[in-house]
Amino acid sequence: MGKKKIKVDDPYALKKAFTKGDLFTKLSVIICGFGCIMRKQVVKGILMLLIEVGYILFMVNSGFHNLSLIGSLGTQKQGEVWNEAAGVYEYTQGDNSVLILLYAVATIFLTLAFIVFWALQLKHAYKLQTYQEEGREIPTLKEDIASLFDKNLHCTLMFLPSLGILFLNIIPLCYMILMAFTNYSKKGDHQVLFDWVGLKVFAEVLDFRSDTGKQFWGVLIWTIVWAIFATFLNYIMGMILAMLINRKRTRLKSMWRFFFVLSVAVPQFVSLMIISIMLQDHGAVNVMLQNAGIISSPIPWLSNAAWARVTVIVVNLWVGIPYTMLQVTGILQNIPSELYEAAKVDGAGPVTIFFKITLPYMLFVTTPYLITAFTGNVNNFNVIYLLTGGGPTPVGNTAGKTDLLVTWLFKLTVEQQYFNVGAVIGILTFVVLSIIALVTYRNSGSYKNEEAFM
Amino acid sequence: METKKKAVRVGGMKATLVDTLVHIFLAVLSFIWVLPIVWIFLMSFRAEKGSYVKSFFPKEYTFANYVKLFTDHSALNFPRMFMNTFIVAIFSCLIATFFTLSVSYCMSRLRFKMRKPFMNMAMTLTLFPGFMSMVAVYFILKAIGLTEGNMIKVGLILVYSGSAGLGFYIAKGFFDTVPRSLDEAALLDGATQWQVFTKITMPLSKPIIVYTVLTAFIAPWVDFIFARVICKANSDQFTVAMGMWNMLQKEYIHQYFNCFAAAAVVVSIPIAILFLLMQRCYVDGMGGAVKG
Repeated sequence: MGKKKIKVDDPYALKKAFTKGDLFTKLSVIICGFGCIMRKQVVKGILMLLIEVGYILFMVNSGFHNLSLIGSLGTQKQGEVWNEAAGVYEYTQGDNSVLILLYAVATIFLTLAFIVFWALQLKHAYKLQTYQEEGREIPTLKEDIASLFDKNLHCTLMFLPSLGILFLNIIPLCYMILMAFTNYSKKGDHQVLFDWVGLKVFAEVLDFRSDTGKQFWGVLIWTIVWAIFATFLNYIMGMILAMLINRKRTRLKSMWRFFFVLSVAVPQFVSLMIISIMLQDHGAVNVMLQNAGIISSPIPWLSNAAWARVTVIVVNLWVGIPYTMLQVTGILQNIPSELYEAAKVDGAGPVTIFFKITLPYMLFVTTPYLITAFTGNVNNFNVIYLLTGGGPTPVGNTAGKTDLLVTWLFKLTVEQQYFNVGAVIGILTFVVLSIIALVTYRNSGSYKNEEAFM
Repeated sequence: METKKKAVRVGGMKATLVDTLVHIFLAVLSFIWVLPIVWIFLMSFRAEKGSYVKSFFPKEYTFANYVKLFTDHSALNFPRMFMNTFIVAIFSCLIATFFTLSVSYCMSRLRFKMRKPFMNMAMTLTLFPGFMSMVAVYFILKAIGLTEGNMIKVGLILVYSGSAGLGFYIAKGFFDTVPRSLDEAALLDGATQWQVFTKITMPLSKPIIVYTVLTAFIAPWVDFIFARVICKANSDQFTVAMGMWNMLQKEYIHQYFNCFAAAAVVVSIPIAILFLLMQRCYVDGMGGAVKG
């Protein structure tokens, strides 16, 4: 397969539709689907027209209103009036910046979707025109539908999943990113009405001297240290474990495998909560060690900052090693045995074989997995939150000593309502991750050549 | 000849030593790995009250914790949580499986303009902390009325299944191993792409289908982050994970600690079985679609 990409000139480009389009095509600029209706694709054309009418009605009814509020994000404070007769406070309806911003974002996305639709239908109109000029058969509705299950199957299959991603990932994400530029926070009582503040929150978070800034840099460094340890220790040790179990001379293979798989099979949140209970100051592990006379006073597994950091890494090994083992077992067995035999003939020892054949092969095949594991660890919410809750937390801080960016983000938004700081943390997490991931992913063999190893 | 024989024998002794060490090492590791699981199993039969343990293993054993778990409906109604989770899991599993398989098939087999952009977008999206947008999702669900009463279940189903299209990597990897020659042969015989998808690829992909189904089914049982953001304080809509997390909070832990252990066992056994089944399929799947 040649790797050269041939840039095909789009025969139905938008520009051509404008320059070479006839009356029907040009009218499609204003009346969606006009070209279709005039060229025997009546049902399709009417549907297009209906979409346009629907969009315009929506914009007139509420769309423009939604967009007009985006600058101020609402000004009307919720009022409180003492009603003498009833003896209660009555609330007057105020503006809710949260909803104003949400509706505005939704309107913007709807508009973008409409523009895409508009461009597509225009291209389509021009396509029909050229079909007619060239005297080709114009596809009937039935043929169009049939093509959705054949040539255009991807449209059918991707439609709903894309919609889900749009509504549950992309729009919320944009919404959250916008919050980073507001003062939506518990601080200064901006929970209902808030305003744009530009980059102020970013400046505050990145500033070494500010209170939030100090916490941020501390958490960031710990997050990276944690992710490196968690990823590579798990990867190497998981691989070694898999190889130990899969050795030719190891007996009872399935029994060993079962023991380790068992700990993966138990839901992670359950096992982590159990371990967290066991590692409390007066928990089962300390009781056991004390009863055995190994230690005299309880070890502060999770309550002392230094201990807690080591503990979470070790517990993460408990969680991660069997998981890695499962992931790599199959791949290890897929390594072509000729490679090993050739190496053995050449007199290579097991260590050489591991570093010259197994590891390079594994790294090639599992680079995407490693990146996923790394980002997964940066975003490893469960282990930290369930074990230490991010603690121990110094008094007055929102971030604890074992908090990762994600757990801190969770605390800031879900538990404490510093939404803007949370959003900034989320964006910065993304920046850190994307730099790491893009650099490694784009340089990895499995991205450059999806099809084969070597 | 003589020396060679000797070398084999020395090698044999060394190998036996290595074997023994490996087995001891595996035994020690297995002990560490199984310990918490055995412990919680024993704790679920513990007769002492409260969360404070005086000895590693319980002193007396009873079955009362399980009885309480299934009959006590006062604060945390376990059977109801179980049903809630079950309903959510079934529906989100159906939707998520369809989404994942569709997208993976498109990414693996069909070539279209938006393919690479979509893959890059998916890669980018996974770099954002998953629940960064959670609060925003909550606001969206609230705006369309999915955060009250029974509609919470619909909200949860959407949250668990809606973005399943992003998790296409594993199934795509599997479809990549299905020989393309099969598709081409079928297409030559006049099959449509849809027929290739449903009649050729799907029947060859049993392991990965089961894998996807099980992954999707398990998700609602083991997640408590999204459940917590969406359920808030609606305790009648709690999922199992949410309820168990609550059992360990300050206000409940003294009364519910043993129940938590029992619940952990009750939930873990079916999930563990499903998980093992899923792993089997995963391994089968990674072995490739058509052997030989």
